Amino acid sequence: MGMALDAARGGSGGIAAAGRMKAKHQRLVLGLLALGTVAGAAGLALSALQDEAAFFYAPGDVAGKGLPLGKAVRLGGMVEAGSIVRKPDGVSIAFVVTDGKAKVPVAFRGVAPDLFKEGSGVVAEGKFNPDGSFTADNLLAKHDERYMPPQAAGNMHKTETLDK
Amino acid sequence: MIHALANPTRFLKLARPLTPVLFWAGVALAMFGAWAGLTQTPADYLQKESVRILYIHVPAAWLGMGGWTGVAAASLGYLIWRHPLAYIAARAIAPAGAVFAALCLITGSIWGRPTWGTWWEWDGRLTSMLLLFFVYIAWIALARADGERGGDGRVPALFGVAGSVLLPIVRYSVVWWNTLHQGQSIGLTSSSIDGSMLWPLFFTIGGFTLLFAAVVLMRMRAMLATQKVEARMRRMAAL
Repeated sequence: MGMALDAARGGSGGIAAAGRMKAKHQRLVLGLLALGTVAGAAGLALSALQDEAAFFYAPGDVAGKGLPLGKAVRLGGMVEAGSIVRKPDGVSIAFVVTDGKAKVPVAFRGVAPDLFKEGSGVVAEGKFNPDGSFTADNLLAKHDERYMPPQAAGNMHKTETLDK
Repeated sequence: MIHALANPTRFLKLARPLTPVLFWAGVALAMFGAWAGLTQTPADYLQKESVRILYIHVPAAWLGMGGWTGVAAASLGYLIWRHPLAYIAARAIAPAGAVFAALCLITGSIWGRPTWGTWWEWDGRLTSMLLLFFVYIAWIALARADGERGGDGRVPALFGVAGSVLLPIVRYSVVWWNTLHQGQSIGLTSSSIDGSMLWPLFFTIGGFTLLFAAVVLMRMRAMLATQKVEARMRRMAAL
């Protein structure tokens, strides 16, 4: 690329105005080609990364591909309405994560973030158990891209769905 | 239009009066937007008051990415038309863009703690934005090294064009991959931010953008002045 541009400039050196115009156009074409190549490279890299760059597994992914047992993974989805059970010890929580396709029961011991609640997004960090349930050692709250005042949110609370 | 401005004398004639206008208009808009965002809008139904950092975070993200668009466009212009002013523009934009990319990362981190429950996670959006910040730093270092070694800026300009690969990745990271960061709130024609909370954002985005432009013009004028001084010193040394 650099060498090609060098050649283009070298060619414009001693010759008349017509030659210079041509070199400029040549560089314009080369520059646009470079931009196209860069975009193409990005596209290829991204499609290769598609699965690897995911931040979390959705319950549906796990149901389709089998459990990633024995390693630390993240499980993300919506906390199913009415599924949160707080244990008498005060720090243990059980709930169900769903993405509309599949459900995974999750057990967690610790402090949940403020935005963790039923019907909203969650990303649990931990491990799958052989029986298909998930033991989390950390919870992250995931909210969606909607922002609104409390009055406007009145009816939306109940109808929230996973945004993907 | 661009070719006419590529003449440094003509550029300075326009940039000199434009700088204070952009600067003070930017200060006024950003101050008003920040005041309105802090006092005149309702809190979010879910995030409560912490949502207000949006009025800084979103303009910072916009200018962090817009800054690299400027570096890449100026670099491409320099490679094709070989006009020194284009390279000066790229060098003037880069540090300003890097500052806003850093501001975006910092405000995002502060926002993430109360809402998501974490300062930092390696998800697609956060990681690609951090990479963009590193690319800014690398570009600034490369441009400086190139200048010290008497280079003509072609290598940094090539890097400037190649670095634009990150822009679509940052933009679409939340669409292509599942991420902790939520999806895009503001599209070209619609927004998922309620109107009562949205309007101050336009003032802060506009204000910070004008400030950004003013800083870039100041830096370009300073660089042109430095070049003039150096040329004069060389002439005097030669006498």
